[in-house]
Amino acid sequence: MYKILEKEVLSENVVKLILDNPVIAKSRKAGQFVIVKIGEKGERIPLTIADADPKNGTITLIVQKVGVSSHKLCTMNPGDLVTDLVGPLGKATEIEKVGTVIAAGGGVGIAPLYPIAKAFKEAGNRLIVVLAARNKDLIILEKEMRVFADEIVVMTDDGSYGKKGLVTAGMEEVINREKVDLAVTIGPAIMMKFVALLTQKYNIHTIASLNTIMVDGTGMCGACRISVGGQTKFVCVDGPEFDAHKVDFDEMLKRLNAYKQDEEAAYKQYLESLN
Amino acid sequence: MPVDYNELKKDRDAEWREELRKKVSAKDRSSQERIKMPERPPQVRNKDFFEVPEGFSEEQAVVEASRCLDCPTPTCISGCPVNINIPGFIKEIERREFLQAAKVLKRTNALPAVCGRVCPQESQCESKCIYNRMKKRPVAIGALERFSADYERKTGNISIPELAKNNNIKVAIVGSGPAGLTVAGEMAKLGYDVTVFEALHEFGGVLVYGIPEFRLPKEIVRTEINSLERMGVKMVKNFIVGRTSTFEELKNQGYRAFFIASGAGLPTFMKIPGENLINIYSSNEYLTRVNLMKAFRFPEYDTPIVKGKNVAVIGGGNTAMDSVRTAKRLGAERAMIVYRRSESEMPARIEEIHHAKEEGIEFLNLNNPLEYIGDANGRVKQMKVQKMGLGEPDESGRRRPQPIPGSEYLIDVDTVVVGIGTSPNPLIPAALPQLEVTKWKTVVVNEKTMQTSIPEMFAGGDIVRGGATVILAMGDGKIAAENMHLFIQENK
Ligand SMILES: Cc1cc2nc3c(=O)[nH]c(=O)nc-3n(C[C@H](O)[C@H](O)[C@H](O)COP(=O)(O)OP(=O)(O)OC[C@H]3O[C@@H](n4cnc5c(N)ncnc54)[C@H](O)[C@@H]3O)c2cc1C
Ligand SMILES: Cc1cc2nc3c(=O)[nH]c(=O)nc-3n(C[C@H](O)[C@H](O)[C@H](O)COP(=O)(O)OP(=O)(O)OC[C@H]3O[C@@H](n4cnc5c(N)ncnc54)[C@H](O)[C@@H]3O)c2cc1C
Ligand code: SF4
Ligand code: SF4
Ligand code: FES
Repeated sequence: MYKILEKEVLSENVVKLILDNPVIAKSRKAGQFVIVKIGEKGERIPLTIADADPKNGTITLIVQKVGVSSHKLCTMNPGDLVTDLVGPLGKATEIEKVGTVIAAGGGVGIAPLYPIAKAFKEAGNRLIVVLAARNKDLIILEKEMRVFADEIVVMTDDGSYGKKGLVTAGMEEVINREKVDLAVTIGPAIMMKFVALLTQKYNIHTIASLNTIMVDGTGMCGACRISVGGQTKFVCVDGPEFDAHKVDFDEMLKRLNAYKQDEEAAYKQYLESLN
Repeated sequence: MPVDYNELKKDRDAEWREELRKKVSAKDRSSQERIKMPERPPQVRNKDFFEVPEGFSEEQAVVEASRCLDCPTPTCISGCPVNINIPGFIKEIERREFLQAAKVLKRTNALPAVCGRVCPQESQCESKCIYNRMKKRPVAIGALERFSADYERKTGNISIPELAKNNNIKVAIVGSGPAGLTVAGEMAKLGYDVTVFEALHEFGGVLVYGIPEFRLPKEIVRTEINSLERMGVKMVKNFIVGRTSTFEELKNQGYRAFFIASGAGLPTFMKIPGENLINIYSSNEYLTRVNLMKAFRFPEYDTPIVKGKNVAVIGGGNTAMDSVRTAKRLGAERAMIVYRRSESEMPARIEEIHHAKEEGIEFLNLNNPLEYIGDANGRVKQMKVQKMGLGEPDESGRRRPQPIPGSEYLIDVDTVVVGIGTSPNPLIPAALPQLEVTKWKTVVVNEKTMQTSIPEMFAGGDIVRGGATVILAMGDGKIAAENMHLFIQENK
């Protein structure tokens, strides 16, 4: 069992949790994730390690409510225990000094983007962060990223904050203005698909961190598999980061919907059971 | 392992054994028919996940035990990879000392309730029983083994072996499958401070995530884990050695030797078109969702699974058989095995093939998938298969399947499970570049000691053999424990 030490509500559907886990706090690197399971009957869900404090032995998770399991986690409080927590999983991001880096995050993709963006800045790059979401309330971690980013561009679908428009519009402005050496993108699969199309046009190497469905997270099941450059890869062990220009996002979009109907029904039933 | 017949003779010469032998003539013993294991009716059991065979009653066990001739040279033992004293425990059953029978078993096999259920007896112990030479059905060794272990468990007073005085030397076991559990038990007996690290959130390896409840109730595995804990073994879950902590860090914490039993957990796909369509599972994923995550009880349990109507399972081993019978239990109208060879080449236990047939599984043998076809949402809707003929024997001695040109046809499917085998788990070799591995990525060991190319590391089970069996994994564990002990004593 793993104790929740702190909780902060970042937006209506997003919370930040600090958990006690000295071993993972010490061994994790930017880009890696954990698998969490809540309760005897819970599901194993992957979550990026947004931050870690090896001194105090804690890790930070940022969770968005999308279904039963994430909802359960979001409603937990300091002092509560998470049944299972394993990691760090996946490959760490290869952080290099390349020049100018655009880090583009959408929705809850902003959470996993945070440690990677920070690491790129620490490696000596010029860092421009583009944050995008449906509306103002869903823009998270802006304050935290301002601390190290050279520039932050905020985009909202409805124009309620920052500029009105999609993440790609914000990126294109930067690309037209200055030389960009690398793009890193994390967000919904559909967003990453369009980011990849954009940067391909400008020939900018792009890394996407993929959030496929997972079970074990250790390479044992193949639930997370996707095609990259025509080859099947397991996101949990070969990734989660891949060359965005080679990822078959259409296949990934379909695979993410594998249990959509069942899970939506289960979520509805769960929400009703709470009332 | 060579059988020590002198040692066995001592047991056999016991007075009670002699008396028992004299009580019934060999002729009467051998004219008794083999007792059939009672089983739940196929049309009932194929709708639930409860165990299929019901186990012998005491009377049935005693009668079956009386068939055993207590041979002076019990050939059956040479068929058992851990050399269980087979007549030794069977005769205890015949004289109704059931707890004693369990003790005899546990001298050499820490998991008799598991092995009695899942060993391929027809190619191991039972294949070497003298009855085969008399053209009669062998003694039901597996069923009797299961009976003794179950009897002990049901009485609730499970014996744990005597432990040597604690020597405070720490050893680490990586993986809690049968190989790891065996070494843990053996090292605890020798007085070591043993920790078992497991990546998943439950202990037991394939015994809990792979083999279904209807063949091996999880309660049995849990009982075994409890016994180990009672012996002082520390069980740590959610811990991936090489990731959560490195080997180096564990060494710094005082672990003096390691046993790597990380199994063959990597699924194999066929790399044919359409294999990444939705509703195409590896058998590992399918069985893990159902067994470990209890997806068959979704939404009570949070993990979902697709309950297909037309399910094709590719392969002919235990994994494929477990998957297809699981599909039937999840409500499939058609649950099919698609296998490129013929039934006589199937590696699955004969009993499982037989059970599958009774339960209404269709066998499309000599059929090989070529391609999967999806609908607009990316879900599989059809598969293209090709018929196969059998040619000359290949390296494995089995006749090589050959495609019959022009025989391709389509089958409607909404779920496919690829169960063609697994390969070694790459996590450990990736974390230990110095560790010598073969081109199949299995870990290289000295077969006599199970020591790897890194002196303080031993290995066994599927990570060394590729996909093998429970009892072979346990046999490796026994040898490894002995030699780990020697190694530590020599390098004090
Ligand atoms: C490597 C990795 C890192 C991740 N990091 C984070 C993180 O830091 N914070 C966070 O909030 N989430 C993260 N996710 C996504 C998170 O795992 C899912 O949101 C979660 O599994 C959903 O579980 P649920 O039971 O709440 O919802 P479900 O009932 O499983 O799903 C609800 C809906 O969400 C969709 N969905 C399911 N799984 C995913 C997924 N993996 N990504 C996007 N949509 C999905 C489904 O189509 C469904 O409609 C990460 C995923 C991966 C693979
Ligand atoms: C579906 C199926 C049915 C089978 N049926 C039979 C049968 O009827 N009879 C039979 O004899 N055999 C059967 N087998 C084969 C048998 O189960 C295996 O040969 C046996 O389990 C191998 O044991 P093991 O201890 O080597 O590894 P496993 O049982 O595979 O256990 C390995 C464990 O190590 C863990 N692990 C891996 N890496 C790490 C790490 N880095 N840190 C911590 N933990 C780690 C894994 O999570 C796993 O729990 C079957 C196999 C399958 C898949
Ligand atoms: S352990 Fe397996 S092979 Fe050995 S006697 Fe028991 S059933 Fe037979
Ligand atoms: S060979 Fe058969 S009859 Fe002889 S001791 Fe073994 S089980 Fe009994
Ligand atoms: S989640 Fe199972 S292989 Fe990646």
